[in-house]
Parts: sequence; C-alpha cells; structure tokens
Amino acid sequence: MSSEISIKMPRCKGCGICVAFCPKGVLAVDELGKVKVVKADDCIACGQCELRCPDYAIFVDKKVEA
Amino acid sequence: MERSYEKYFRQNRLPHLWCPGCGNGIAMKAIVQAIEKKGLNQDNTVIVSGIGCSSRASGYMDFDTLHTAHGRAIPFATGIKLANPELNVIVITGDGDCTAIGGNHFIHGCRRNVDLTVVLFNNSIYGMTGGQASPMTPTHKKATTAPYGAVDRNFDACKLAQAAGATYVARSTAFHVQHLTDMIAGGFDNKGFSFIEAIVQCPTSFGRKNKMADPAKMMMWMRDNAVMQAAWDKLPADKKTPEKFPIGLFYNEAETDYASAYDEVIQIAGGAK
Repeated sequence: MSSEISIKMPRCKGCGICVAFCPKGVLAVDELGKVKVVKADDCIACGQCELRCPDYAIFVDKKVEA
Repeated sequence: MERSYEKYFRQNRLPHLWCPGCGNGIAMKAIVQAIEKKGLNQDNTVIVSGIGCSSRASGYMDFDTLHTAHGRAIPFATGIKLANPELNVIVITGDGDCTAIGGNHFIHGCRRNVDLTVVLFNNSIYGMTGGQASPMTPTHKKATTAPYGAVDRNFDACKLAQAAGATYVARSTAFHVQHLTDMIAGGFDNKGFSFIEAIVQCPTSFGRKNKMADPAKMMMWMRDNAVMQAAWDKLPADKKTPEKFPIGLFYNEAETDYASAYDEVIQIAGGAK
C-alpha cells in the first residue's frame, strides 16, 4: 500500500461523493451510512475523495517509504 | 493528516449542518484555501453573510464574522469597509439572498465598486425554507412553488454584476474546486467589487425535484456542462444548449473603488481631523 487514508467519522454524512469519484473503487458506504475503505491496496492516492468531500471528512496521504 | 486550512474553521462547530452532499461545504473550503493562498491575515479579515443555507458558512469560519439580515450582507460589508478600509471584507451570500431579497443592495454595491469580495453560492433554489423557486432557478426546472417547472427566466448573476459596474466577475462550480479557489483568490487581488458565482449542488431541495437526487451526479452534470470561457467563445451557436454555461474570469478592469473615492471627498472638504 502506497497511501494512507484517514477518515474523521463524526464528520462523514455518507453522501457518496467520494465513492462515486474514486477511480479505483476503494471506498464504499457501509450499512451505518458512513464511508469505509474496502480495497485499501488499490488506492493510488489521487486525492479525488479529499478534494471533493463537502464535509472535510476524508484525507489521503502518500505513504513515504521508510 | 491535519490539513493547514483547518485552522480557519471553528472546530467546535464542525461537522456543519448542511445536508449530506451539499456543495456549500466545498465552496467554503475553496474560500479558506484562497485565503491561505493569498496569505490574508486571520485577524484582518471579516466574513459577512446574509440569510440562507450559504450564509451559515460565517458560523463555521474562524474570523471576525457577521451573520446579518436577509439580503443585507453587502450593505453591512460596505459599512465595515468604509469604517476600516484596511480590512479584507468577504461576503458570502446565496442566490435568493443576493438576487431577490438583496437585489438592489447587490447592484448598488457593484455600482459603487466597494472593495469587497462577494462569493455567491448558487444552488438554484431556496434550500433552507423548503425548496421554493429563486430568481436563479433555471426556467422549466421544478421547485415546490413551481411544480410544473419555473415559468420565469432566471438571472445570469455574472452579467448582472458586470452591467451594474463590478470590476471583477467570475464563475466556477463545486466540481472545479481548484479553479473555484483560483477565481476567489483573483477576487482578493482586485481592488474593487469582486463577484464570484460558485455553482453548488443542492441534492435535497433542487436535486430531488429535478431527478438529480444524487450529489455526485449533480457534480458530474457540472463537469459535463461547464465550458471554460475561452472554449465557450469558440463554441458554435448550435452547441450552446440551454444546459451548458461558461465558467472562468469574465471581466476584470481597474476602476476607482468606493473607499478611495470617499477619501478624495474628505480631502476636498478639508481633510479628516
């Protein structure tokens, strides 16, 4: 995995914008109506989810190789 | 994980109360990122808003903020700017607030060329009060007060601002986040009335009435129908369907701003004591 996704759960309203714009299908909205990471290994850290999140709930960072 | 723009938000007020998928959050982030980009001082910047969904933004932003009467954000902002011209004054308003209730204040703010940056969050509807048609609801689009589609023609707020005398006029959308940030940042640079229309999605009130309840689909609609100004100029007339609209910087001319003009009057009258 080359990226690190962090989610501020209290902020997420499950609108699905990040899910729709993720080019790799990494995210999904769970049964509680919150976003969850389903395919973390596929994330390419493009940042579309973070860019478009209207609730500032999801953040993606490129993982720096140690 | 912590982003640098978070310092511009009142953390104890988040999450904001806008509906899931509302574009106002995206536009608010674009404003704070533009503020950060231009290095505006947090203690030297005032946010003024009117009434409506959009105008809730002032409550979430950690500046000196003023949540004013309906449609009256621009008059309050004019007062602040005249009292202390050193301040950066940013007005956040909505389509109903700016073009209906505050329509006259808006055109006269433009005419006077007061040094303000006005960001209009255009969600095409009165969201907070239950989805009534606003002057910017596109013709034939449905609203609770227009169940068969709006009969009225809608305002083009950018053309209105330019005709009324604004010296910086631009439009962008919630889909084009970085472009929107740049347009707002450009408005800060202009000494005079800067007007930026940010098209945002309202899935709850506008979308559900118009078969676009999914906020992501509304953003894709913006992506597919917004045309950059340069491309719009070259677009043949038959391709300019009613759905399509231009975005970008439409107008930017230097003119004397209101505070400078007022200073001249003070000088003529003998100077401030």
